[in-house]
Amino acid sequence: MRIRKLVVAGACMSMLAASVQAEETSEHARLAAELAALREQVAQMQSMYESRIAALEERLAGTVKVESTDQTAPSSQTESPSTLQVSSPASAKSGASSFNPEISLIIQGAYTNRKKVEERHIGGFVSAEGHSHDEHRHGSDKRGFTLDHTELVFAANIDPYWRGQATVAVLDGEAELEEAWFQTTALGHGTGIKAGRFRSGIGYLNEQHAHQWDFYEQPLMYKALFGDHGYSQDGLQLKWVAPLDTFVELGAEIGRGQNFPGDDRNLNGANSYALFAHLGGDIGISNSWRAGLSWLRTRAGARESDFETEYGIDAEGAFNGRSRVWIADFVYKWAPDGNPARRNFKFQAEYFRRSENGNLDVDDGLYSNLWRTRQSGYYLAGVYQFTPNWRAGLRYDRLSSGRQSLGDNPAKIEVIHYRPNRVSTMVDYSWSEFSRLRLQWSRDRAMPGLTDNQVTLQYIMSLGSHGAHKF
Amino acid sequence: MKRILSLLLLLCALPAAAAVKVLATVPEWGALAREIGGERVDVMVATSAMQDPHRIEARPSLIARTRTADLVVAAGADLEVGWLPLLLRESGNRRVQPGQPGYLEAASVVQLRDVPQTVDRAMGDIHAAGDPHLHLDPRNIPVVAVALSERLAQIDPAGATAYRDNLDRFIGRWRDAMTRWETESASLKGCAFLQAHRSFGYLAHWLGMENRGELEPKPGIEPGSAHLSRIVANQQNAPAAMILRAAYQSEMAGKWVSERTGIPLVTLPFTVGGTPQATDLFGLFDDTLVRLKSAVKRP
Repeated sequence: MRIRKLVVAGACMSMLAASVQAEETSEHARLAAELAALREQVAQMQSMYESRIAALEERLAGTVKVESTDQTAPSSQTESPSTLQVSSPASAKSGASSFNPEISLIIQGAYTNRKKVEERHIGGFVSAEGHSHDEHRHGSDKRGFTLDHTELVFAANIDPYWRGQATVAVLDGEAELEEAWFQTTALGHGTGIKAGRFRSGIGYLNEQHAHQWDFYEQPLMYKALFGDHGYSQDGLQLKWVAPLDTFVELGAEIGRGQNFPGDDRNLNGANSYALFAHLGGDIGISNSWRAGLSWLRTRAGARESDFETEYGIDAEGAFNGRSRVWIADFVYKWAPDGNPARRNFKFQAEYFRRSENGNLDVDDGLYSNLWRTRQSGYYLAGVYQFTPNWRAGLRYDRLSSGRQSLGDNPAKIEVIHYRPNRVSTMVDYSWSEFSRLRLQWSRDRAMPGLTDNQVTLQYIMSLGSHGAHKF
Repeated sequence: MKRILSLLLLLCALPAAAAVKVLATVPEWGALAREIGGERVDVMVATSAMQDPHRIEARPSLIARTRTADLVVAAGADLEVGWLPLLLRESGNRRVQPGQPGYLEAASVVQLRDVPQTVDRAMGDIHAAGDPHLHLDPRNIPVVAVALSERLAQIDPAGATAYRDNLDRFIGRWRDAMTRWETESASLKGCAFLQAHRSFGYLAHWLGMENRGELEPKPGIEPGSAHLSRIVANQQNAPAAMILRAAYQSEMAGKWVSERTGIPLVTLPFTVGGTPQATDLFGLFDDTLVRLKSAVKRP
């Protein structure tokens, strides 16, 4: 202990000395004298405590054995900084394994009580999941005991210039690569570039994975807009933070746009463009906020979805056209004295408008309908942590099927006008920041004519080196 | 248009002319940066003494401050692992990334205590690299001060002499203060204490006080009444002289034990700003010793 302390001090001194040597020779003598004085002072301090530390260590060890360390003191003064590295605890890990990425695994599952509904959907909105008979279904549609996707996250600095991350969601023989991206770390000037497959920076909740949600399901708004996994695409993101005291962040994305509301058109060039701006700051010491505005434009070539005709017959439609989304988001957090460890409150709200313009080919081009919609929705959520372990939350979801214009509608597609809504309330308990159990009750009126009272007991367990969460 | 352009130019030119912008993650290193940097630095502190440095959110305001910082001074040893890496990444500020001259961890120049032999989350929120609360051993302060003046001189070579002078003066004053503290605190030697969280390991090591354990069952885990009852029972035979708590930590567990055992609960500033008296690093130790001694004197 004592030897190491001396080594550290010695290394500091020699570092100081090394920097001084680099300076001009005229200053050299004066600086050397100053340095010698400083060195002497620190050495004096060290020696002052030598006997004291020795006595304490003796007492702690419960022995009287004292090694003579006086000889090591002068030699340690001349040690190079590399000695510091060797003795520093950070370098205790050695060998190839120390370059392993940070790995975290998230186990999520639930017990759910809800009505049995064959084709769960959001009334008045096209399903983001495509055909209802598709295999790909999220666990939240199941009843009873269910296991959700197990998330596996790998992240590491690649070299001094890049950082990378991959997120794999695994469930029942299916491994989905949710994210696989790399980003710059050394560009500077507030600029960051991200490339690969990533969750878009639009909205507030879009970048968050399921384990970060405050409720069992994501808001209806996100399910209607992008389906179960938020909006992600293969592409490029550019972000810039302004050098101001207030947080101002601007971002732009281009990409393949293969996911709903667009589809994979397999083009040269890009199929999706997004812009977003974030503004944020503190009010006093206890309050902080962030507001954002986002815009997304994408196109679909033949986006398939199910419809029902006015005669009650199922029809398959393929949308060809442009989809534009605006999202406004706001988050406010309160913590007494700015210390969220014990008590804190979080309010979040998001609002969207989506307009689509194009054609709907029904039953393999048998009919061609006009498709022009303008839909909107929002959610409001508040979560209060009242002790270090307990939180309670309330959320209200509401969507509006809005204007849906199908022109002459030769295919006689039934247009559903509805305002889906849902109220959710939850209480959760966290043993630590790595384990959480949540009880949630929701009154779900996402479908016309159906009020579904749902009770869910959910668990979220994080294993391994879990990275920091965004605001 | 011309006026707007010149205003923009002025805005761009401002940061170059201004002082070195230092962002300290915790108040103690902010205070040290003020001592060493003097007038040449503009110090911002990311947290206050009333905030748990383990549990800070990466707030937008902190990203904005990181964006403009020339030097980030952190405690290190994973103390800020839950928020600082995010601030550094989101800020897009190359100067303050780990490995750059603009990033300094106090733990990188001081040998840490209580490095765990094995690391497992079943042991609670333990720090794999060792106890990061190293500022409460005043012998560590000059070591960090030397490293800090080094970095400041590297970032702002024009101020190298000023930083060295400030360091010189600071170390002189610190040595005198330490001599005073050493003599004043003689009565604390061997004094047994309980603590809310493992915050005072370095302080106890310096003063020769004896740690009888924490109120938390595991680091970062809230104590329940069964656990606290056991602690109360353990105090029957050889009671500790005091229960220590940092200003930001909850009073409840300590009060509960104190009421049932009669052991005084002592609130220590823990860092600069934790009490009205702890206005700088000198005040931090002055006030800590005053509070410790008044607890010992009590019958």
